[in-house]
Amino acid sequence: MRLSPRLTQAFVVSLLGLATAVTLVILIFVIVFILRKGLPAIDMEFLFTKPQDMGRAGGILPTIVASVLLPLIAVAIAAPLGVSTAVYLTEYTRESRVTRLIRFGADCLAGIPSILFGLFGFIFFVTILQMGWSLLSGGLTLALMILPTIIRTTEEAIRAVPNSYREVSTSLGATRFRTTAKVVLPNALPGIVTGIMLGVGRSIGETAAVIFTAGSSLRMPSSIFDSARTMSVHFYILAREGLSSEKAYGTAAVLIISVLAVNMVAYGLMNRFIRKRS
Amino acid sequence: MTETKIDIRELNLWYGSFLALKNVNLSVPPRLITALIGPSGCGKSTLLRALNRMNDLIPGVRITGTVLLDGENIYGGALRVDRLRKRVGMVFQRPNPFPLSIFDNVVYGLKVAGVHNRGILRDTAEKCLRGAWLWDNVKDKLHHDALELPLDQQQRLCVARLLAVEPEVILMDEPCSALDPIATAKIEELMAVLKKDYTIVIVTHNMQQAARVSDFSGCMLLGEMIEFNDTQTMFTHPGDKRTEDYITGRYG
Repeated sequence: MRLSPRLTQAFVVSLLGLATAVTLVILIFVIVFILRKGLPAIDMEFLFTKPQDMGRAGGILPTIVASVLLPLIAVAIAAPLGVSTAVYLTEYTRESRVTRLIRFGADCLAGIPSILFGLFGFIFFVTILQMGWSLLSGGLTLALMILPTIIRTTEEAIRAVPNSYREVSTSLGATRFRTTAKVVLPNALPGIVTGIMLGVGRSIGETAAVIFTAGSSLRMPSSIFDSARTMSVHFYILAREGLSSEKAYGTAAVLIISVLAVNMVAYGLMNRFIRKRS
Repeated sequence: MTETKIDIRELNLWYGSFLALKNVNLSVPPRLITALIGPSGCGKSTLLRALNRMNDLIPGVRITGTVLLDGENIYGGALRVDRLRKRVGMVFQRPNPFPLSIFDNVVYGLKVAGVHNRGILRDTAEKCLRGAWLWDNVKDKLHHDALELPLDQQQRLCVARLLAVEPEVILMDEPCSALDPIATAKIEELMAVLKKDYTIVIVTHNMQQAARVSDFSGCMLLGEMIEFNDTQTMFTHPGDKRTEDYITGRYG
């Protein structure tokens, strides 16, 4: 039996609509669930004081500070490295066995479970390089972890810049470097920022790689050589040790709100940038 | 024809193993318009792009022979490619302004050359926009997006952008093929003015256009320059049977 084209069409459209709805509902459900359990725990004291009694009481200020610093360190290291690598691969080399190998390596790196990065960071940065549990060790480890994402998204963004822009720029006497700096990168910027934001998002939420490298000290870090506990690690420890589910959900709510805020600010900045250029 | 701006001698060009230009010889006279005509795929765009080394961007291109610009071989290694391209500029088939303001488009070449003095940039922009007959259309909206302009104004903006780097030679690769007849006429008028100061080489598919605007014409077929002559002679008394077939529309 063959269905009429109209019926098939209606069926497919409703299926696609349903899939979208399910996605949306799951997303909203997760956010609402965490906010409902967590928001009651949040007040000024929770946000702006230090934890007490292993986190059973008091606030989470040091973990908020750590959660801000760690992704910043990671991005400060990974963004210049990743963007430069992507520029080199796309603008300065022709497709060859070596470039394919580098891309393959980056893809593999992106697929490695974060706990392995944590283990590597622990052995290499914490132990061999004797950085100890510190924001620096954690930041370096996270940088390695988000590097492949930044490389690949930047590559895609650079590739999406129309070739005619490069051609015109070249025909006006611009060197390859000038063309890249003046035409290619500005036009690829929204994509590059997206890649970096993905990296930030992943760093903020990362737990396994961080707990092994930045440690879980509850004190306020005074430099990047201090150990510190991020919100996600704090949440993990509170929940895992059964210290306080109220504080755990409070932490989770702050975490989720900050991730949303970071993304909104990033999109806002990007839109303003795009409007300013045109 | 006594003077020569660009002298092409025994130029061969391969894309990989495909021979796209076969032993091409051509002398381009200064401050006149030279048209390259011929059917699709005959190599005229390739030849045009060989004159400012735009083919360098394509992988697998190999070139033998010489192209002399004012007597200096552009493939000789002594002339830096970015300097060459400032002297030999190009207008492309499709208008291709950058997604920037009109003003930023015009001064792009100056900025990459390191000029940032606002007064100089402003004066150059006005001069070049006037030179491309665009000033009156855009003088009140210099900071608007260039992509909002109609196509023929976009193409004239591309000419203005090119004039800003003060080229000696302007290469035009079917500059009117994306334009309607009225817009085409405007670009052709502009070319007639520009040739007072610039040497122009134009690739065109449009026989009438070649006949209207050019002083000399070269007809190409399958990578060979089969005939080169002053335009009037070529279109009234073609010396080669194949040229005659092409311009009378028997193939192409």
